[in-house]
Amino acid sequence: MKPRQKRFVFIAVALVGVALAVGLVLYALRGNVNLYFTPTQVFNNEVPKGRSFRIGGLVEEGSVKREKDGLTVNFVITDTHKSIPVVYKGILPDLFKEGKGVVAQGTVENGVMRAEEVLAKHDENYMPPEAADALKKAKAANTADAAAIPSNAPVVVPVAK
Amino acid sequence: MAINWFKYSAPTTFYGLAGKMIPWFAFSAAILFAVGLYIGFFIAPMDAQQGEFYRIIFIHVPASMMSMFLYMVMAGYAALGLIFNTRLSAMMASAIAPTGALFTVVSLWTGALWGKPMWGTWWMWDARMTSELILLFLYLGFIALHASIDEPRRADRAAALLAIVGSVNVPIIYFSVKWWNTLHQGATIKFSGTSMHIAMQQAMFTMLAACWLYAIAVALARVRSIILERERNTVWIAELPEVKQ
Repeated sequence: MKPRQKRFVFIAVALVGVALAVGLVLYALRGNVNLYFTPTQVFNNEVPKGRSFRIGGLVEEGSVKREKDGLTVNFVITDTHKSIPVVYKGILPDLFKEGKGVVAQGTVENGVMRAEEVLAKHDENYMPPEAADALKKAKAANTADAAAIPSNAPVVVPVAK
Repeated sequence: MAINWFKYSAPTTFYGLAGKMIPWFAFSAAILFAVGLYIGFFIAPMDAQQGEFYRIIFIHVPASMMSMFLYMVMAGYAALGLIFNTRLSAMMASAIAPTGALFTVVSLWTGALWGKPMWGTWWMWDARMTSELILLFLYLGFIALHASIDEPRRADRAAALLAIVGSVNVPIIYFSVKWWNTLHQGATIKFSGTSMHIAMQQAMFTMLAACWLYAIAVALARVRSIILERERNTVWIAELPEVKQ
């Protein structure tokens, strides 16, 4: 082998070795690299006990309630399977909205999270307000259609048989 | 007609070629920056959720992409220099590093400025942000290691090895939002399509092209200085018109 080829093999082997080592380290850390737990993991008792941790998910539609002091907020974080109620006293970020992503940090007592910090998590979609409006209307129309179908369904199915 | 590429792998010939190319890249970068900013500020509509705040992506996204691309280009040149023992490749790697570090700082900084009003925090130790910060340290480590060794050829080899090993970090940055749950949102520009309004896309890709041209122009200007510095004792440098006077 020429010296040049030797150096090439040396670099290739070194790179594969480092990639393998980093890969194994990340594999060992896989749970710890995640930023937050999902509400389902909280119900499965996969979260640290008596320590502050983060829960991430969506703010459940219609769950946001403000108390009279104007600063305390109650809402529910859901992963559409399980949900956790959250109490938070403080200022919410701009992107905090019902149906949108959220990450809350705090401790869970009796199934309720007392949050010290609430962060909004943005999605990857960028569109003008008109387009967002049209999407919302289309979705509403779709759910209306879906709601209309079950009432017809029993009539349709016997005919098909 | 076949172009003899090897002719330009010698610093002697590349010095002149780079000098001729710089104005073209710099000029087109300036035009594309102007066009991109115009589309970004006046044509692209406002975002449904973020209002006007989202416009930071026109600099944040190109800067983040460039910080990763440039690292791979730098590591590629470093590997070429190590394998083929070509002087120019190592010089190119050193010329790219400061621009890459600059783009990484811009990416982290604009992200923090956006994160405060939108997420509610300047910084979060999630996988995407932490790995991007490590990228900045790799760039700074490359520059520092190269500067700490007096003999240029030895410095080239040591820094090249660091650059190659560090390239493992780039795929981690890119896939971090997929492999783990993070505060940073997932990719908007995917190979399967882009979930973004067309005028916003135009502004972003124009800015990306402008950043590319800027990076090339600056790297070429810097490699010319490096050539001058390292070959200062040679005859061809002494005979350059700009040196003679």
